[in-house]
Amino acid sequence: MALNKKYWKSVEELKGSSVVETLTKNEFVSDIPTEDFLGDKETLETSSTTRRDFLKYVGFTTAAASLAACEGPVVKSIPYVVKPNDIMPGIADWYATSVADGFDFANVLIKTREGRPIQIMPNKEAGGTTSARVQAVVLSLYDEQLRLKEPTKKGAAISWVDADKEILEKLNSLKEANTQVVLLSGTMASPSTSKVVEDFIAAYPNAKHVIYDAISEDAAVDAFEAVYGRRALPNYSLQNAETIVSFGADFLGDFHGGFEKAYVAGRKPETGKMSYHVQVESNMSLTGANADKRLIAKPSDVVFSLLNLYQELSGKSVSLQATPIDAEIKKLAKALRKAGSKGVVMTGINDKNAQLIALEINTLLGSEILDTSNTLNIRQGSFEKVQEVVSDMKAGKVGGILTINTDPSYTLPNAAEFTEALSKVDLKVALSVENNETVNAMEYALPTTHFLESWGDTQFTESGYGLVQPTIQPLFKTRQLQDVLLKWSGSTEDYYDYLKSFWTTNILDGSSWNKALHNGFYTKNINASGNLKSTSIAISTVVSALKESIKTSAMELNLYTKTGLGDGKQANNPWLQEFPDPITRTSWDNYLTMSMADARELGFSNPVKDNGAINGDYAKVSVNGVSAVVPVMVQPGQAKGSVGLALGFGKTFGLKEEMKVGVNAYPLYSGGQNIQYNVTIDKVAGTHKFACTQVQKTIAGRHDILKVVSLKDYNTVAPKDHKNGWNKPAYVSYDHKEVEAKTIDLWEEHNRDMGHHFNLSIDLTSCTGCGACVVACHAENNVPVVGKDEVRVGRDMHWLRIDRYYSSEVETREDAKELGLSTAATYQALETEAENPEVTFQPMMCQHCNHAPCETVCPVAATTHGRQGQNQMTYNRCVGTRYCANNCPYRVRRFNWFKYADNNEFDFNMNNEYGKMVLNPDVVVRARGVMEKCSMCIQKTQATILTAKKEGRPVNTDEFETACSAACTAGAMVFGDVNNKEDEVTALAEDKRAYHVLDYLQTKPNVVYQVKVVNTNEA
Amino acid sequence: MKSVALQNKRTSVLLKGLTLLLFFAFSISSFSQDIDEARHKEGRTLFRSLCASCHKLDKKLVGPALGGVEERRENSWLKSWIKNNAEFQKVNAEAAQAALYSTSAMNAFPQLTDTNIDDILYYTTVGEIKKVPAAGETTIGGNVVVDGGAPSWVIYFLAAAIIVAFLMIASLLKQVNELKGKKKADSKSNLKRDLQELWAGVKKNTFLKILLVIFLVLMGIYLFFGSLMTIGIDQGYQPIQPIAFSHKIHSGENKIDCQYCHSSAKHSKHSGIPSVNVCMNCHKAIAEVAEGTELEWNGEIYGKERLDNEIAKVYDAAGWDPEERVYTGVEKPIKWIRIHNLPDLVYYNHAQHVTVGGIECQKCHGPVEEMNEMYQYSPLTMGWCINCHRETNVDLKGNDYYAKIHDELATKYGVEKVTIAQLGGLECGKCHY
Repeated sequence: MALNKKYWKSVEELKGSSVVETLTKNEFVSDIPTEDFLGDKETLETSSTTRRDFLKYVGFTTAAASLAACEGPVVKSIPYVVKPNDIMPGIADWYATSVADGFDFANVLIKTREGRPIQIMPNKEAGGTTSARVQAVVLSLYDEQLRLKEPTKKGAAISWVDADKEILEKLNSLKEANTQVVLLSGTMASPSTSKVVEDFIAAYPNAKHVIYDAISEDAAVDAFEAVYGRRALPNYSLQNAETIVSFGADFLGDFHGGFEKAYVAGRKPETGKMSYHVQVESNMSLTGANADKRLIAKPSDVVFSLLNLYQELSGKSVSLQATPIDAEIKKLAKALRKAGSKGVVMTGINDKNAQLIALEINTLLGSEILDTSNTLNIRQGSFEKVQEVVSDMKAGKVGGILTINTDPSYTLPNAAEFTEALSKVDLKVALSVENNETVNAMEYALPTTHFLESWGDTQFTESGYGLVQPTIQPLFKTRQLQDVLLKWSGSTEDYYDYLKSFWTTNILDGSSWNKALHNGFYTKNINASGNLKSTSIAISTVVSALKESIKTSAMELNLYTKTGLGDGKQANNPWLQEFPDPITRTSWDNYLTMSMADARELGFSNPVKDNGAINGDYAKVSVNGVSAVVPVMVQPGQAKGSVGLALGFGKTFGLKEEMKVGVNAYPLYSGGQNIQYNVTIDKVAGTHKFACTQVQKTIAGRHDILKVVSLKDYNTVAPKDHKNGWNKPAYVSYDHKEVEAKTIDLWEEHNRDMGHHFNLSIDLTSCTGCGACVVACHAENNVPVVGKDEVRVGRDMHWLRIDRYYSSEVETREDAKELGLSTAATYQALETEAENPEVTFQPMMCQHCNHAPCETVCPVAATTHGRQGQNQMTYNRCVGTRYCANNCPYRVRRFNWFKYADNNEFDFNMNNEYGKMVLNPDVVVRARGVMEKCSMCIQKTQATILTAKKEGRPVNTDEFETACSAACTAGAMVFGDVNNKEDEVTALAEDKRAYHVLDYLQTKPNVVYQVKVVNTNEA
Repeated sequence: MKSVALQNKRTSVLLKGLTLLLFFAFSISSFSQDIDEARHKEGRTLFRSLCASCHKLDKKLVGPALGGVEERRENSWLKSWIKNNAEFQKVNAEAAQAALYSTSAMNAFPQLTDTNIDDILYYTTVGEIKKVPAAGETTIGGNVVVDGGAPSWVIYFLAAAIIVAFLMIASLLKQVNELKGKKKADSKSNLKRDLQELWAGVKKNTFLKILLVIFLVLMGIYLFFGSLMTIGIDQGYQPIQPIAFSHKIHSGENKIDCQYCHSSAKHSKHSGIPSVNVCMNCHKAIAEVAEGTELEWNGEIYGKERLDNEIAKVYDAAGWDPEERVYTGVEKPIKWIRIHNLPDLVYYNHAQHVTVGGIECQKCHGPVEEMNEMYQYSPLTMGWCINCHRETNVDLKGNDYYAKIHDELATKYGVEKVTIAQLGGLECGKCHY
């Protein structure tokens, strides 16, 4: 039986709020307030502009505009003096490089135009993946506001030469006095930089290197080191897993850098098998949203259930605490035992003992999924060590501190203490790409190059090496970090030469440097013996220590990182701020996520305003005497007795006014623990305005927009079966008979077999909702950022959005009525259902309907259909009637309410000479008053065709790409030409899982979705 | 810095041309020495074919300036040097010393006879004979075809309407006269009175009034819309460039291929303005224009001196020291003024038209090889693009990309040749995104 569910998008919708109901039915969110305006006699009369004046102004501006139109501007064209050989104006160059900013690590390809990097794509040859943040990092390069432009001393400019001289003098005197110098950096995962630092320490034996990650995963590192003797994170080969159990590990998000690609590779229904994924967590995470089964428990119960699972599997009695999910844990143990070596357990609890238990369970299972040979190097920090530095500084033991691209004055829970202790340090140097609070507190602020301007190398995994190469000339008076350290160590060598000789001697094993640089990566053969030997640990001590650390309390806080901002390093990046959170669909904010039951008890709600925006109440969250006032977002799927709060927000130093959003949660992050007990929550006065795209676009009761099937049904039931089929075609009534919808059509059919015909296939099983495609689309198509206020009223410009639907059995009051429930029981039923809904993500963009309703209604034929299947939008023809948007059943058209470029009201990257450098020169920046939407990257398809024509060959199989399909490392989005039988998309368009959204409308879209398959086969 | 309306431009060119003509008609021919023209000619030809790549008469190039070299060296010394300087150096200390002049060694010319060498030396002694170009050689900017505004049928229609109206008025006038009972003779010589009568007649006749009003309104609308339609069309746009660069000299007279300089046209959307290093490929050796070169630039006549100055501007930009023949490293980009400006909302790709379509540059850019000062030849309007896309057949032969689609389209339209429009070249989204 197919999973015939109904879907809902918000708590308010579920409750049957009257506003949402109105919104569902009404075209416009509110009436135009003509009455208010004209009825206000007083304002009208006091207005200094008379009717005559108004007409004068109109006349004058019209005349001025027409005069201005007669004379075109003089355009200068300035060629190179000496053109570099590999640059051809108008042709993009791609370079392979790596991103390593201390939190995000990826092998990537950089697209440059005329020497400017404009886009980042995953280096698929290197197995690279990109997240929304990695996609957006190219914009941070051009962050003119935040980047350090020249060396400064106490805020005044100083030359590099003088800075070198002064700092060297001090370093030498500190060396003579043998006073401690601390190099504080994030995880760099760079072997050559580690060598450079070693050299520095050799030159200054009084120096030590302390690594510190803003988001701590040191418990996992410590635990792994304790068992396997290597200071690294374990890797997980999820593609081979049969049963995956995660205790709060957001492994599709930021846990160990994410395992999305491997996870999706193990969930291909075509193979008849899928991994069975159970998530035990308290916040609704991206991973939990994708899980086959999601068990919710408050943080303390999550830890207890981990112990319970260990008890079940080991047979040792360890835990006495009962949790509400004990029965489920028993089932889970059974499933894991069945999976045996194909099972794996992960935990995101940043506690060494919890991590040790998880490792022990994997040892018990004999898990082959836990990969101890190709370990991860991307989190090397130690929270303890940095705290040591702070206390040393306070004690006056530290003579000098050099911070390297790190911001402890913002990210440390005791940031104020750190900043204060700095006053006791003699030499304070910040080497940083961007300005931040720490840099500000230092004496010397020395700008280093952005990774897109730098040489460098990386080693993310034991075998996976990568190279970093510059893709643009340095924009400011910066110097490469390693060059600074080399110089101070007394070396005269250039870092590039250093890097090259380091690689030739230590890494390349005789293979070519040029080839490695061209590829951007090098895979080294690691010890064939493979996995590390484990040493046994005293498990009973671990268990009791873990039990002791749990302090069950009425309210517990689970801190997490968001898909958009992560650790907050890119807080000044408008693309990421505007990026809606995959779960809450809220942008420009962090908030306290709270369960519906708690919200009701404590009196919090998210009322929907009549303009479609939602509001929230403020709560004062206090932990260990530290408190923060945060708006509350009622979150279905949040465990009762727990609240969630995202780190990385509330950064203010040096940021643009618009970006100073959210609340800084780092002060609550005491001990680097993501779980905080003994939390108190008090409602405080005030209303918060959220910019949420959640309620604004209701689906007007069209519940068949999503199709989900269980793996069992997928394998056994015929998809088109009239009764039980899980991918039935739509039926409509015609001539009082039920007929297949596709037999009836308003439009005439055209022959589409000629030339190219593009289709985009989106696999809902593989889509994890990560949103890399959303940012890739931003970069490729010059999609404007509109700001919080505009998003709030539903004027976001995203061409591609990822809709998130919750589903449960009882959906609305109507359903409850049918079931004959009383009012009280109805609310209870609704709430219980909403406590742990299932989640489905659906990327939604222009469907490029072959029979497009929008094309029919355009009075000026500005939107027309191309022979290649693309629904074309001609901006210069559009007069802005918005009929097309009204007639679009998918709500994917976006209207330019304002001029978003060169406008101080929208002070984002398009209002800035540096920020504009990221614009794609092949796509026009749209003017005010025109409609825009997904073009199916027509600039890319046309470029592919032209390349083939120039080379006099047919287009190769799978050569066509869109920005979203190229960015999708999960392979959920596949683009191609259905008239080429070899293209991957051709088979997908005919697949038994393929369906069109709202197929009964007969719009015949060129975007085809693949039914979501979930693995409900427990055990 | 937009140029004025084209018509004004044309008149000024005409006037200036006339002035020039007068100037040269009165200029006096000035060469009168006794020279052996045959020897001089022979020497010049040899010099130009063998020596000129490294030597000039009055300036040093790779080698020293050779004007009057016989005054500095013995004739026999020179002969030995020219025939095989390497051998000569071994036996002559002075020659060995002379070889230090440049790091690059001079070629040997054993094929030259003594007479040949004497002829060359004669040429170096006498020097270039100053010749004044004939007046007819003066270069004048190319003609511009005005092709825009209203279609021709409208003009014919209006002309016909005017004539008909005029005839009607004339006959009416006649009728009025006859009705007034006046004799023809009276009206014969008084035009003023005739017009007054015509006016009076018109005033009385409602039909005529209406006709006149309709005529004036139509005419007004025509003129108004005609002027509106020219807004934003810059056909003939000829801004003043920072360097008096003549396409006629480069592309026309010296037959340099367009794509030698505009090399990205075949690869990229941009045809590209050549970078200064491309100029230096040739201008490293060409520091001055040929004697007597003249061209009209921005209404002024540029002679040799001024044109050499323009070449010096290239050296300045490239950071080239023509005396020392080294790059100084001080580079200054040249700020050309872009002539062909398409609005941002249009995507145009040169490679598609040049490489794939095989279109000559001149089809859109006009007779560039005849233009001293470059100007916008085509209107660059959408109608102009579309017309070409409608009319042009695509040459599908020899490009495997088109192999399949050609058969399909030919069957669909039942034609042998397919136009760009039939290939989808009229779709909005092909150029607007």
